[in-house]
Amino acid sequence: MKKLLLLGAEAIAQGAIDGGMSGIYAYPGTPSTEITEYVQNSKIAAERKIHSKWSANEKTAMEAALGMSYAGKRAMVCMKHVGLNVAADPFINSAITGVNGGLIITVADDPSMHSSQNEQDSRYMGKFALIPILEPSNQQEAYDMARDGFELSEKYKTPVLIRITTRLSHSRYGVAVKEMKSQNNNTLPDDAKQFVLLPAIARKRYKILLDNQKNFIAESENSIFNKYFEGSDKSKGIIACGIAFNYLLENYKENNCPYSIVKIGQYPLPKNLITKLYNECNEILVLEDGYPLVEETIKGFIDNGKVINGRLNGLLPRDGELNPTIVAKGLGLPVKDGLPIPEIVANRPPELCNGCSHRDVYEALNEAMKSFGEKRVFSDIGCYTLGALPPYNAINSCVDMGASITMAKGAADAGLVPAVAVIGDSTFTHSGITGLLDAVNEKSPITVIISDNSAVAMTGGQQSSATGRLKEICIGVGVESEHVRVLNPVPKYHHEMVDVMKEELSYNGVSVIIAERECIQTASKKKKTKSKE
Amino acid sequence: MKKDIILSGVGGQGILSIAAIIGFAALEKNLFVKQSEVHGMSQRGGAVESHLRISDKEIASDLIPFGEADLIISVEPMESLRYLPFLSKDGWIITNTTPFVNIPNYPDLELLLKQINSYKNVIAFNAEEIAKKIKAPKTSNVVILGAASPFLEIPYENLVSGIKTLFGRKGEDIVTMNINALNAGIEESKKYTITAL
Repeated sequence: MKKLLLLGAEAIAQGAIDGGMSGIYAYPGTPSTEITEYVQNSKIAAERKIHSKWSANEKTAMEAALGMSYAGKRAMVCMKHVGLNVAADPFINSAITGVNGGLIITVADDPSMHSSQNEQDSRYMGKFALIPILEPSNQQEAYDMARDGFELSEKYKTPVLIRITTRLSHSRYGVAVKEMKSQNNNTLPDDAKQFVLLPAIARKRYKILLDNQKNFIAESENSIFNKYFEGSDKSKGIIACGIAFNYLLENYKENNCPYSIVKIGQYPLPKNLITKLYNECNEILVLEDGYPLVEETIKGFIDNGKVINGRLNGLLPRDGELNPTIVAKGLGLPVKDGLPIPEIVANRPPELCNGCSHRDVYEALNEAMKSFGEKRVFSDIGCYTLGALPPYNAINSCVDMGASITMAKGAADAGLVPAVAVIGDSTFTHSGITGLLDAVNEKSPITVIISDNSAVAMTGGQQSSATGRLKEICIGVGVESEHVRVLNPVPKYHHEMVDVMKEELSYNGVSVIIAERECIQTASKKKKTKSKE
Repeated sequence: MKKDIILSGVGGQGILSIAAIIGFAALEKNLFVKQSEVHGMSQRGGAVESHLRISDKEIASDLIPFGEADLIISVEPMESLRYLPFLSKDGWIITNTTPFVNIPNYPDLELLLKQINSYKNVIAFNAEEIAKKIKAPKTSNVVILGAASPFLEIPYENLVSGIKTLFGRKGEDIVTMNINALNAGIEESKKYTITAL
């Protein structure tokens, strides 16, 4: 069997290709980006004509994937955890409509917030949607789950969620790849009304979903990803979910864990396996990365007073990702201490690159804002969020994709005039346009600065969806054309930029300033590729 | 055989290239390799680390437990100290001494080097200078890898072949430069009394 050294993210991509996927849909977001990029760079995916172009946002991606499933083909949609919030509407409703071709939603969570604004646990979203969830413990399972997940999806005509975390997504290991399955042919859904969620139909569909719950549990009981390991010492029983299983094994390198273990890789939880463990052992330790979902859930179906230890009761930390040392402490094993970090070591936060256009935008904005008052610059998600840190200290918010414009509008409604929004080009097309329309409709006194570097830069410089068309989009939405200003953010135009910003900040209505200069990283990459040719 | 290695530096300094070369070499020797990387925000000039684990047996955890790393291989002096909680008591620090100064409160270099040399097992030298001397600019990361190679228990030929695999498509010149850098690093390590791990 051929083995490839793959990131967890890449293992999922390869698994999906080998599982007969016809299209992948996504918006870039760390730690999920590499799944789609792998498909984009895969020769075999190109030969098989697998769709892999980026979508404008996670909601459009989710809906397009559902459309591909409607037409009978196998589709995957991927996103980071907060992307699932954006896609929540079609995600939850896809569980009600059900699917035709297999549909897998892969969500990469980021416990410890390495590159995110929260550490929400997508298993809750899967549970909320009442669909099966697969959670790989290693790269091989990531591959297997993606490859075989489509069949699970098609068997019950349900979407399936694959949940991974940063650590697995961005860690490499050898993966044995298997035979490639063929893609589905186009077929239409048997039931023409299946996807029409009018209340009368939705009620029927919801009952089907509820009826399926017992089947989903039965699948979990028999899943190869859920295993019971008998131990000799019954003083403790361990439930280890996803990657936490590896941290457990790390502490018993000779395969000598004395306790019984239930390894969880598929949800809804296998009640029988867990009840067996609970009945046989004096107390339970739950190891799970993310929120205490399992710890909470099992208390709902087996609680006659035995101690259940985990993140919820405080034996393990409530936040942050797990690691082998935390797990060792939870098991009561001795841990080694390395040396402390000496005081001389200073923090080194990320920073905007030298020559980055966002720098010039913030230089100008900070100067322009001097006469308009402080703490009124709302911003957004992207490299330019680093403008919140020294030396710029230029922005006052970063909440979710697109929130800069709408928060500025709301603040302006409350009398904070002028209010400013700083947003990137890709974030603007992801979720900023509708907010701009709100502002235009009320002629809100806000100035929107689109710091346009013509790339989805933070995640590695992917194609931004409306490069070169932002001005037309703003005018099309209804911003007066004389208040859509385009600037070239380079140091030599600093004074001109400051003047334009001041003019538009003084305007009592919606103005948009597009500061347009390509990301220094993508520009230099292109230059290198060109010089090679 | 088991080696747990923390690679550290600043985003963009090439620690993933070191990881890739060791990774390719280890695979060629039919060893198991597990390597976690940093993607996303911290790649923008922030502190970055990679956990690289090599073993002749299956590897469970993607992360190295605290106090169990055999080596810290760092391409930047201050970053060589950030991950000390991972280093085992007999572990080695192999680090470049050329600072990457992109913060206003970067410590005094002399004090920093004094701190680094206060630890038991240290190889610290100016890899930048060596790379310049052998006319192989931008290979200081591979010079550092060379200096760390005596600890890896991976034969020289496999490391060379790892370099060829990684840099092959960039042309012969780049491959040769990096092999020279590896050799120069190995030479440098000979100045130190290396105790077994």
